[in-house]
Amino acid sequence: MKDDGTSRRRFLGYLIAAPTLVAAADLAVAAHPEAAGAAVPSAPEPADLFDLGDLLVLASMPTSNKIAIQINTDSTASFALPRAEVGQGISTATAMIIAEELDLAVENVHITLADARPELVFNQLTGGSNSIRSIYTPVRHAAATARQRLVNTAAKNWKVSPGTCTTSNGVVNGPSGQHASYGSLAVQAAASQTTTLPATLKPTSKFDVIGKAQSRLDAHDIVTGRKTFVMDMDVPNALPTMVCRPPTINGTVKSVANLATVQAMPGITDVAIVSTGVAVRGATFGQCIDAVDALNVTWGPGTEDSKSDADVLAELRKAEIPLLVPKLGLGTKTIDGDFVFYFRSNSPLETNAAIADVRADSAEIWSPLKSPIVAQETIALKLGLGIDKVKVHVISSGGSFGRHLFFDAALEAAEISKAMGKPVKLMWHRTDDFRHGRTHPMATNRVRASYNANNVFSFEQRHTSVSTDFTHGLGEILSAMAAKLPEGNLGFSESIFELTQTTPYNFGITTQLLNEVDLGFHTGSMRNIYSPDVRTAQELMIDQLALRMGRDPYQFRHTFLKSARSRAVLDKVAQVGNWGRAMAPGTAQGIAFHTEYKGVCACLVEIDCTPATVNRPIADGVTGPRVTKAVFAVDVGLPINPRGLEAQMQGGIMDGIAQTLTSSLHFKNGIPLEGSWDNYYYTRQWNVPTDVQVIVMPATSQSPGGAGEFGVAASMAAVACAYARATGTMPTVFPINHLDPLGFTPIPLVPPLPQSPTDGLANAF
Amino acid sequence: MPQHTFIVNGEQVSVDVPDDVRLLWVLRDLLGIHGPKYGCGLEVCRACTSHINGKAFNPCAVPVGDVAPTDEITTIEGLAATVGADLHPMQQAWLDLDVAQCGYCQPGQIMTAVAKVRQIHAEGREITDADLDEIRNICRCGTYVRIREAIKTAAAQM
Repeated sequence: MKDDGTSRRRFLGYLIAAPTLVAAADLAVAAHPEAAGAAVPSAPEPADLFDLGDLLVLASMPTSNKIAIQINTDSTASFALPRAEVGQGISTATAMIIAEELDLAVENVHITLADARPELVFNQLTGGSNSIRSIYTPVRHAAATARQRLVNTAAKNWKVSPGTCTTSNGVVNGPSGQHASYGSLAVQAAASQTTTLPATLKPTSKFDVIGKAQSRLDAHDIVTGRKTFVMDMDVPNALPTMVCRPPTINGTVKSVANLATVQAMPGITDVAIVSTGVAVRGATFGQCIDAVDALNVTWGPGTEDSKSDADVLAELRKAEIPLLVPKLGLGTKTIDGDFVFYFRSNSPLETNAAIADVRADSAEIWSPLKSPIVAQETIALKLGLGIDKVKVHVISSGGSFGRHLFFDAALEAAEISKAMGKPVKLMWHRTDDFRHGRTHPMATNRVRASYNANNVFSFEQRHTSVSTDFTHGLGEILSAMAAKLPEGNLGFSESIFELTQTTPYNFGITTQLLNEVDLGFHTGSMRNIYSPDVRTAQELMIDQLALRMGRDPYQFRHTFLKSARSRAVLDKVAQVGNWGRAMAPGTAQGIAFHTEYKGVCACLVEIDCTPATVNRPIADGVTGPRVTKAVFAVDVGLPINPRGLEAQMQGGIMDGIAQTLTSSLHFKNGIPLEGSWDNYYYTRQWNVPTDVQVIVMPATSQSPGGAGEFGVAASMAAVACAYARATGTMPTVFPINHLDPLGFTPIPLVPPLPQSPTDGLANAF
Repeated sequence: MPQHTFIVNGEQVSVDVPDDVRLLWVLRDLLGIHGPKYGCGLEVCRACTSHINGKAFNPCAVPVGDVAPTDEITTIEGLAATVGADLHPMQQAWLDLDVAQCGYCQPGQIMTAVAKVRQIHAEGREITDADLDEIRNICRCGTYVRIREAIKTAAAQM
């Protein structure tokens, strides 16, 4: 039956044996509705870590592959979300979905983050803006099952038919004015053994929580300083720990001349040589910094000790796949574009951090983790413990942007705790987080288009990138779809590229190919993976095509976009942003479109490239052109929380501005020169547009698309297009200031860490 | 080891720690006050911004030996008490505009914002976009737009 939003869809839910009512649903139901519950993964398995036998044992558990909502005796509901909250509001959105289906106030839904659950196999990975898309249906099923069980229990007590009862605000209402709170029914409604229960979903036409603006549920804790991040946790005897790292990427310790001396420094309790450097543990992180800098280490070589930006670019050039001019008729012209995107850091404000307590026969880990199952398996292997002996807690993180797809800190903390035989609270220094942390890979992107006066006949794109490390494992959807791709030995990167990159315009023959160069850098995808670079190159070339074909950039896009839904967001920003208004010299508008994650969006910006703005004096920062206005329209299908969605688009706009205008890492001799936020120029207040409008389009679908990364690509492209129009020169290097003289004095590589300043009181205001 | 005495959020505290350890670590690692966050330890990101005698400062850049017994340190945890309410108007504006995303930088953002508005009001004028442009606190989630709105909103209540 086609769901038009008015019918109640029937399904079979689960009740789990527990002291109070616990209702559950298969987490796989969203991805494979036709094969719900099928838990055997189709993707390559790291059999040495986790074999089929392990899987079958876990699959036989009653909770296998299920997510469960508990009803508490105080009429609240609890749910352990098998995803990581990294600031993008998925906890709040999930609470809204549960509240909607259960008829409960959002504030009465308690969301925690689930520990690593290996029985979920590939279904506990946070990434690809997939969280709400993947959990929306299973969470609704579990909540609707709980509601049905509560209704059935009350109806039995009242000796009435369940169909005569309704629910509202945490209460079951009977046909003769009876009322029973969920809390009063929670124990009686509990199942004594795991069983199934037919239930129905609320029709989307009856929604009154989903689609309404909701503030974050953790907002009060945040503004009062109570929100707990991993470094705020009090694990007994887990003392501050830091690592002295090499002056090059992946350099190893040959010897330490003064280990005993450092161990005797004030506050220091332990010093240990580990695979990534020399770890120190002490009473305060400040004393750890002193100890790191006091260590006299002889280092062996790293993996890329000689490569600088220019060398990497030369390697990429060698690996580029040729563009092919198709054979086309007379009157057809071609246009080429060639763009370079330099390395960028995905470091969040909270640096890599983890607490580890490794004992002889067990281990416990706390860390912000988007791939906790892979982390658990890898740590177990490294420690020589069974998977069931390693408990991995997922902690809400201070941002991610791709960084926490990896569990570098958790693995390192486990190794250090084992070496020292004590619990450790490991935190990376900011300078290390830029230099030794992961970087979005440098890439070139080449475009060739053929066209005549009226049409574009071909649009070819070749993305050549330093390889992106995707070893954090697979999300279930990605692995399933990758297996369905045409023959050929597609690598994981190519699968991701194929599954995410599109040309959203009717341009005849379109091809997009990826080639990668595997160098020894620490890479990882940053928010929105390939799309910001690929789409920026595309949208710049679209402006060039429009220019050559004598068309307005907005009208040109409007003509060639593939769908009415796409044109609707484009039209919206053009109208709200007053596209085509007269602009002063040195300023311009730019417009761009993007589609991904089952959504469409468009961005219009205005940029000021006049000398007075570009040369504004700001101490220890870059100014450059300023985006003065941004208008963004977004259609994600079904918006769950418009306020949260707006926030994600605002963040995406700030990322887009940074990636076009200011933000990059400069590699010299295998390591980035950047070591602080005054070197790595992410958007600061002086770069922020004073006028930002985000328009959330009305629902166009029965199900939500992705949101977390969705704002970046269109914003980056719109800023680039505006810059080209304001200056009359299309930028081909990103960010545009990357090849300018370095705007800062690099923090030295030796000693490894910069000392904290001492002039804080003089700078008080 | 030297003993240091000062006032944090209205209470006198004493710690035994060498003079040169920065106040941020004394607050976080020894006193268990976790509102001020570590984002760089270089007086750059401003995530640890707190107040000393009512002025914004970065405890990552102050050796504990520089803090006098009479100095009053206020962290985000003690901000509301300075106005004798459950929330400071700046915190309330942060809630009303749903500013935070991950929340890591926000204690520092709020403490900076309060000092900035006080500074501007002391000059007898209203806060402008140029004043907001001077705020150096990093927000890697990019909540800057709502931060600007919240500061303007709260400034009217302060």
